[in-house]
Amino acid sequence: MITYLSNNTDVVLAALRQHIVLALLPVLIGFVVALPIGYLGVRFPRVYHPLVNICGVLYSIPSLALFVFLPVILGTKILSPLNIVVALSIYTVALLARTVADGLRSVDELVTQSATAMGYRRFRRLVDVELPVALPVILAGLRAATVANISLVSVGALIGVGGLGQLFTRGFQLFYLEPILVGIILSIALAAVADLAIVLVQRLITPWSRV
Amino acid sequence: MNLSYLFDAAHWDPTLSGGIPQLILSHLGYVALALLIGTVIALPAGLYIGHTGRGSFLAINAGNAGRSLPTLGLLMLMVTLLGLGLTPVLIALSVLVIPPVLTSAYAGMRSLDQRVVDAARGMGMRPWQVLTRVELPMALPVLMSGFRSAALQVVATATVAAAVGLSGLGRLLIDGLAVNDYSRVLAGAIVVAVLAVGLDLLLALVQRWVVSPGLNPSPKGPS
Repeated sequence: MITYLSNNTDVVLAALRQHIVLALLPVLIGFVVALPIGYLGVRFPRVYHPLVNICGVLYSIPSLALFVFLPVILGTKILSPLNIVVALSIYTVALLARTVADGLRSVDELVTQSATAMGYRRFRRLVDVELPVALPVILAGLRAATVANISLVSVGALIGVGGLGQLFTRGFQLFYLEPILVGIILSIALAAVADLAIVLVQRLITPWSRV
Repeated sequence: MNLSYLFDAAHWDPTLSGGIPQLILSHLGYVALALLIGTVIALPAGLYIGHTGRGSFLAINAGNAGRSLPTLGLLMLMVTLLGLGLTPVLIALSVLVIPPVLTSAYAGMRSLDQRVVDAARGMGMRPWQVLTRVELPMALPVLMSGFRSAALQVVATATVAAAVGLSGLGRLLIDGLAVNDYSRVLAGAIVVAVLAVGLDLLLALVQRWVVSPGLNPSPKGPS
């Protein structure tokens, strides 16, 4: 494995770099999109159940199908990394919108009432009180989405853009173990690092939730 | 982009090999076997850890570790090691089942009111009876939600079996892509999604049926 790595450093590093971008950019996009959607699910209780169901259905679409299918809808090239980014953003939204809604719903009624009594208007109350209180739940969802994205990116290799997944297909085609092992290990390591990073951020910004 | 492939009656001939009914059948076959194998491994382990409290660290972290394992990589690794066939696919898919089942079995056991367990013990139940008559039934709602999310994941992921030459609904995706037949790809995506939702509804019914009515089933979803 070491010899494979030293002989193919450039290929592996390029794959890793692509993997990071393809996995984490959608987390960012998905998070930004999921916040208002999740809020709608709380603000209008009637929206909540349809929202949960739609998210469930979206998440059940096989990633391979979505990767292949998006070019048809978006008009992008099949080999464009944009397809992967959009597909993973959709999954992230599906996962996070529900988590955001659940997190906001879990905020104690007494807390929101006291905030209202103290003179908070709706938007300020949301930003200053409800969101911070819901943050541990939301960040738990963010961890799950990040880790899931990192492992999903590799499926993109079946359509030619898949970060570390390309090491899998290459090894598979050549019947060669090394690149597959390198890909798996790097993918897991990347997931672990990203997960740890979110945990650290969580500790920093929600010191009250520390156990 | 159109639905012509999906609604062409010729593709629904149940006797046609490569027809949609046969692909659904083989797809469900992989899913059922993977769920069975994964559950047989993860359920006793999760119950044991939850019952004794030993190895909690393993159960808590299995969830995240499992999610981070790229299934496609594992599948191709197994194929490279074992050769083409059903075994590598089943291994890769079973590994997908283990984390949610293990974690939810553990979480279900831990979420029990310890007083109930003590009461059961005080009534003279043997450890095995406590487990099968008290702990397991009470942990069932949480356990089932873990099983359902495992099932959902496996139905969607079983499509990768086609990438290593096996059957299942992934054939529609892979073959459709290979010949630029997007109508076929769309058919595959729709059938898989419908299958996933249908299976989840079925399991929801099973859950309603097996969970004791005395328990207030938590509607919170997977934990």
